[in-house]
Amino acid sequence: MATELNQPTWKKVAWYLALSLLSVVVLFPVYMALVRALSTPVSYVKAGQPLHPVDIQWDIFRRAWNLGDLGPKFLVSTVVTVIIVSAQLLTALLAAYAFTFLIFPFKRVLFALFMATLMLPIEVTLIPNVQTIRDLHLLNSYPGLVGPFLATAFGTFLIRQGFMGIPRDLRDASQLDGFGHLAFLRRVAIPVTRPVIASFAVISFLSAWNQYTWPRAVVTQGRWETIQIGLKSLSAAKVEESNIGLAAAILAALPILVLLIFLQRQLIRGLTAGAVKG
Amino acid sequence: MSTDDPHVRHLGTRKTRDTVLAYAFLVPSAVIFVAFFFYPLYRLFYLGLYQQNRFGTAERYIGPSQYTKVLTSKDFLDGLSISGRYVLLTVPIGLVLGVMLAVSANRRLRGIKIFQTIFASTVATSVAVASVVFFVLINPQVGYFRDVSFLSLSNPNTALRGVALSSVWQNLGLTFIITLAGLQAVPEEIYEAATLDGYGPIRRFFRVTLPLISPTMMFLMVVLVVFAFQAFAQIDILTGGGPAASTQTLVWKIFNSQQPLDQGTGSVMAIGLFGITLVVTAVQFSILNRRVHYGN
Repeated sequence: MATELNQPTWKKVAWYLALSLLSVVVLFPVYMALVRALSTPVSYVKAGQPLHPVDIQWDIFRRAWNLGDLGPKFLVSTVVTVIIVSAQLLTALLAAYAFTFLIFPFKRVLFALFMATLMLPIEVTLIPNVQTIRDLHLLNSYPGLVGPFLATAFGTFLIRQGFMGIPRDLRDASQLDGFGHLAFLRRVAIPVTRPVIASFAVISFLSAWNQYTWPRAVVTQGRWETIQIGLKSLSAAKVEESNIGLAAAILAALPILVLLIFLQRQLIRGLTAGAVKG
Repeated sequence: MSTDDPHVRHLGTRKTRDTVLAYAFLVPSAVIFVAFFFYPLYRLFYLGLYQQNRFGTAERYIGPSQYTKVLTSKDFLDGLSISGRYVLLTVPIGLVLGVMLAVSANRRLRGIKIFQTIFASTVATSVAVASVVFFVLINPQVGYFRDVSFLSLSNPNTALRGVALSSVWQNLGLTFIITLAGLQAVPEEIYEAATLDGYGPIRRFFRVTLPLISPTMMFLMVVLVVFAFQAFAQIDILTGGGPAASTQTLVWKIFNSQQPLDQGTGSVMAIGLFGITLVVTAVQFSILNRRVHYGN
């Protein structure tokens, strides 16, 4: 951190001004979203679209929840996210354990193949993957929504890094204590690497909750829409209903905002380890 | 464990047990990777050789010529150039703004945590949320910036800029967080030494700070380039590919080639995108490999 301890007062004031100005710029879109969510759309446009809300409707979030049919969308998003996060934790922990602590034929080749999947974003394989889901009659279903995301090379890599940090002594000691692999995994490896696992879980949650392209491709019925793809139809609605789309967008960001506030350390550590798409 | 001789045999069984256990641990991931990564990659190359009929019930062999035809077609090159323009519109400005925020917030002032949280806050938004928020800012009819003509979503010459602006904003939080982490990893003594050597703040930034955080910047740049090439939600929500096809990126075209009739050409385009991601993520992975930290 730069040394700013013995700065003259005017310099500090200047920095506060600059930081405040930057904050205004960063927060302006959020502020305007709130203004427009709270305003009655027609009155707001008639008033010349000012910087303050017009004809405030405090109940807009409840109304958006009902009119936008947000309950089912939040439910689909929640179920999808919970399945993806738990499955990724499980598959990545097991794979990372094998790649760190076990010796077996073709280990290097298999690891390289696992990592190669990082080169195949869902956008590239979209056409054949959607075809697979359609052939299996899994469009508009939970298995269809989560399928490609049940395993993750990124998570495997990250957790393996954590496992590799476990001191040899600890492994030898637990072997002497008669711990088999499963006991070592459960009683030593996982507890010791909890910070890494937590960071990965937070990142996994973030990307599962925020994903758009895949659900947009495998959902054709309104009742299977996640909240993210539901935002498209809600925002495309008539001007008179623009407040509903915005209220829905604000609600959709809330779970991640909570994550940012309460699990900031894990989130930041996960993001700096390897950025994910939001 | 075992009493008499077979130390060797004991090791042997343990080795087999390890192998069995390892494969059992890898199977769940492997099944997913084969089904949703490797098989579709194979299918992509296969589909690229054929043309499906309208219902996907019959296919006609075209051969490798379909690859050359599609990869040199106006459709593909247009998509590629729009994707490329999108990279240029989002990455440099995103990096500069992120560094600006991070350098400003990397100092000892009372309450600096509040500013840091504000600058990081856009990570809470998804691409879809950011797009909806920007829709009401730059929407041609009712947007607050509807008269700002160089961002207009209804003009083919400017629509991509409007879309890019929402991405730049949405990525700000991530860029800020990663750059700040890079800045904080620089030992304070280095700044002190530079100051003692008579470096002013500007020279210190360009001659000391920037070179030291260049690996972080490199990593970020790669991440942002990948994001830009994969951009879909913002286009789907803000412009739907229009006006006059001016925001039809490569991914937008791939997404819209799912009808059996278009699958052949769409698959070849996807292979083109794969080639691009291959190069970019190879760079990303080599950087990732060097800079992952773990533990507290």
